[in-house]
Amino acid sequence: MTEPTVYELSSPGRVGFKFPEPDVEEVALPIGFEREDLPLPEMSELEVVRHFTRLSQKNYAIDLGFYPLGSCTMKYNPKINEVAARLPGFAYTHPLQPEESVQGNLYLMYTLQEWLKEIGGFAGVTLMPAAGAQGEFTGALMIRKYHLDHGQPQRKRILIPDSAHGTNPATSAMIGLEVVPLPSDERGNIDLEALKLLVDDRLAGLMLTNPNTLGLFDENVQEVIRVVHEAGGLVYGDGANMNALLGVLRPGDIGIDVLHYNLHKTFSTPHGGGGPGSGPVAVNEKLLPYLPDCVVTIVEPGDDENPPLFGFYHPEKSIGRLKSFYGHFGVMVRAYAYIAMHSGAGLRDIAEKAVLNANYLMHKLKETYTLPYDRTCMHEFVLEGFWKDIPDVHAFDIAKRLMDFDFHPPTNYFPLIVKEALMIEPTETETLETLDRFVDVMIQIAEEARTNPQLLHDAPHNTPVRRADELKAAKELVVCCYPLEELQK
Amino acid sequence: MLKTIGVEKIEDLFDKLPEDFRFPDLKLPPQQTEMEIAADLDEISSSNGSTKELISFLGAGAYDHYTPAAVDNLLQRGEFYTAYTPYQPEISQGTLQAIFEYQSMIGQLTGMSVSNASHYDGATACAEAVIMAYHHFRGKRHKVLLSRALNPQYRQVVRTYMQGNPDLTITGDEQAVGIDADLKNFTALIDNDTAVVIVQYPDFFGRVINYKPLIEAAHAQGALVAVAVNPTALALLTPPGEIGADIVVGEGQPLGIPLSYGGPYLGFFAVNEELIRKISGRLVGQTTDVQGQLAYVLTLTAREQHIRREKATSNICSNQGLMMLASTIYLTLLGKQGFKQVANLCYQKAHYAASQINAITGYSQVFSETPFFHEFVIKAPVNTEHLLLDLRGYDILGGYDLSHDYPELKNCLLIAVTEKMPRENIDFLHDTLLEVTHD
Repeated sequence: MTEPTVYELSSPGRVGFKFPEPDVEEVALPIGFEREDLPLPEMSELEVVRHFTRLSQKNYAIDLGFYPLGSCTMKYNPKINEVAARLPGFAYTHPLQPEESVQGNLYLMYTLQEWLKEIGGFAGVTLMPAAGAQGEFTGALMIRKYHLDHGQPQRKRILIPDSAHGTNPATSAMIGLEVVPLPSDERGNIDLEALKLLVDDRLAGLMLTNPNTLGLFDENVQEVIRVVHEAGGLVYGDGANMNALLGVLRPGDIGIDVLHYNLHKTFSTPHGGGGPGSGPVAVNEKLLPYLPDCVVTIVEPGDDENPPLFGFYHPEKSIGRLKSFYGHFGVMVRAYAYIAMHSGAGLRDIAEKAVLNANYLMHKLKETYTLPYDRTCMHEFVLEGFWKDIPDVHAFDIAKRLMDFDFHPPTNYFPLIVKEALMIEPTETETLETLDRFVDVMIQIAEEARTNPQLLHDAPHNTPVRRADELKAAKELVVCCYPLEELQK
Repeated sequence: MLKTIGVEKIEDLFDKLPEDFRFPDLKLPPQQTEMEIAADLDEISSSNGSTKELISFLGAGAYDHYTPAAVDNLLQRGEFYTAYTPYQPEISQGTLQAIFEYQSMIGQLTGMSVSNASHYDGATACAEAVIMAYHHFRGKRHKVLLSRALNPQYRQVVRTYMQGNPDLTITGDEQAVGIDADLKNFTALIDNDTAVVIVQYPDFFGRVINYKPLIEAAHAQGALVAVAVNPTALALLTPPGEIGADIVVGEGQPLGIPLSYGGPYLGFFAVNEELIRKISGRLVGQTTDVQGQLAYVLTLTAREQHIRREKATSNICSNQGLMMLASTIYLTLLGKQGFKQVANLCYQKAHYAASQINAITGYSQVFSETPFFHEFVIKAPVNTEHLLLDLRGYDILGGYDLSHDYPELKNCLLIAVTEKMPRENIDFLHDTLLEVTHD
């Protein structure tokens, strides 16, 4: 059933929330600036609560079911994290309070920096980036600044594997780097021979996602890094897939120079329907001086009686400030709680179970669906959602049909190097029963594709809305409750 | 499961990883249970002084407003906060419709035609405005003018974002150009090489300035104008859209989002109709499904990084989903009347506070000739660093010391007052200032 918009639900004079009357003498509003009309809805509190509750019921979410969305790490978000972020001592601190009055916040941020250094094998961490994409931007800027600082302004080429996330090239282009695509070989690794031909003194660096978006660990990663370093380039690690490596391998140990984490993937902070993310960036010694402004540090060491005093420092050659204040603090609190509850052994357990679950699904499904790269996967794997003998059934149809069985579809049509890709990431938090049920459904859908393909073409059948006309949306561009013409009047 | 996969032990799944570095022994503190971490975080958080106990006059970009209980209650529905980006419209209509309603309300509030689904915060929204303007002119205009009365952190972020564009000059905020409310020097800098001019409304000092002449001057040179706004103020003040702004950005934190030590917040971003296809970030549009039923989808996605890759103008691939939802619920709940009420309370209490402090011998309101909203500048007769320390002894956070960013405003404090500040606390600030200054 269609839910009316807040403007349609509005009724003149209705009030949802009342503030107290002013307790001071009132003065006039500034002349010449008075607003004539404030077109906001008018609803009672109950109407507002019902409206948004009904909207929530039109969403699929981790709390409702299995969400094997590749590359997004849709794991369970523990409830304690939500409680923690809302503690008044955290939620009600103003970012410009004097440092002495927010030692708890600074202690937490400092400790999280230390933990992320340890988990990734790095020398420094900034918590400031607002999301993975901003983390990439931070890393790419630092690489660029490093080369400029070393008298190598011509180093502007950044190598990006063809399997990379779209943000990698977009980020590089934003800061004026020249994007050079790097092909994969038949095992899904970076093509080493191609790499060697592309490195020279114009090389700024390589953006490496490992495990890559095929879910495969690059078997030659140490050689790849060596080639880039020998040519004077730096290696950026896209940490979107860190869930596979927690407690298993530290990217810093194998020579990655800079890496971003996605706290909203690996460290279980909720995706929030599209954000907020948080993309801390870890660096080795080479890039320490370029970290964004500012980093939490110990300004006065403690002793037996006094705790240390925490504060900020400004890295000497910093790339500057990325956003207001210090980053998504509320997200940091959640990640802190998550890491504290797992510690070293628990983190390793996460990676092991995530990889185990993915390999289990891959083996169960590879007889029915084409597996283009048939080797041990990490936390995710990519199938072809397409059969040569049923050319009119596409990955898109399989994805939509999954919704009829109360599953969220896998990522589809990414990575681009696999035809009709279905990218499946089960995460560590799912039970064997859930995985088996998913396998059964996937096999059933493959059968339906042959026996009754219309079922797939028409899917989904039971969702709040059915397949939507995206062309119409782009053509008519109705992007607010009032059509543009009416707004212009 | 191992048998199905065909390996003996779980470690075998990792045998292609560099052997020398496999399974490091992470030096992390011992594992805690939920009960232990809950106690631990209680202790860490309570070692902070918060605006719950302290009397805070801090603003400068983040404001201590009351959030109605229903906002966070709805936000905590797992269907909202444990959902991903609404790429699958059939099972994301809740998020999509909420974004559509958000876009509508931001459009109405700012007086603009189109709002996107949000950026990270007010500062990065400013940077995205500069990027958009740069591409709007296809890189042929090389100057960006930032007002010196634009939040200093926003200006820093714009510079960080644009450092890869050496052919772009970012200027206008030098001390020599000044902070006069008449904007004479600043307006004189606009020329036909200017891509965008960015001003703040109310500005960083809380002043309400008529930007109409500036916007006309900019348009005469073909330049775009972006106005960074405080959304609460727009409940009372003429929206920038009505005086010709091309882009309106701002920090959405005042709309029901906790202070939370600086984030996560919400960057809103709205443009006039002409710029709709140049806007970066997510956008939700209305359409119909195969049965003719009304539906919402992400639209114009061809602009975005996952399709255009290196040809995209922005790399953004999240929005502040949950914060956007908080602001949507907040604006709906307060509605036409409540939102005006909260803005008026801020305005009235701030004016009371300004007049009280201004009456103390030695203290004077700077820019007293210019109207202001809920933030104002006070020049103190003493060193403000010491003064703020003294006030802290009385559990007062006495505002933001402007001397950090503005040498010309030595010993000046930026004081913010919201609806949460009772008159007694304003009087207490007055009495305490009197005491610590004149005793």
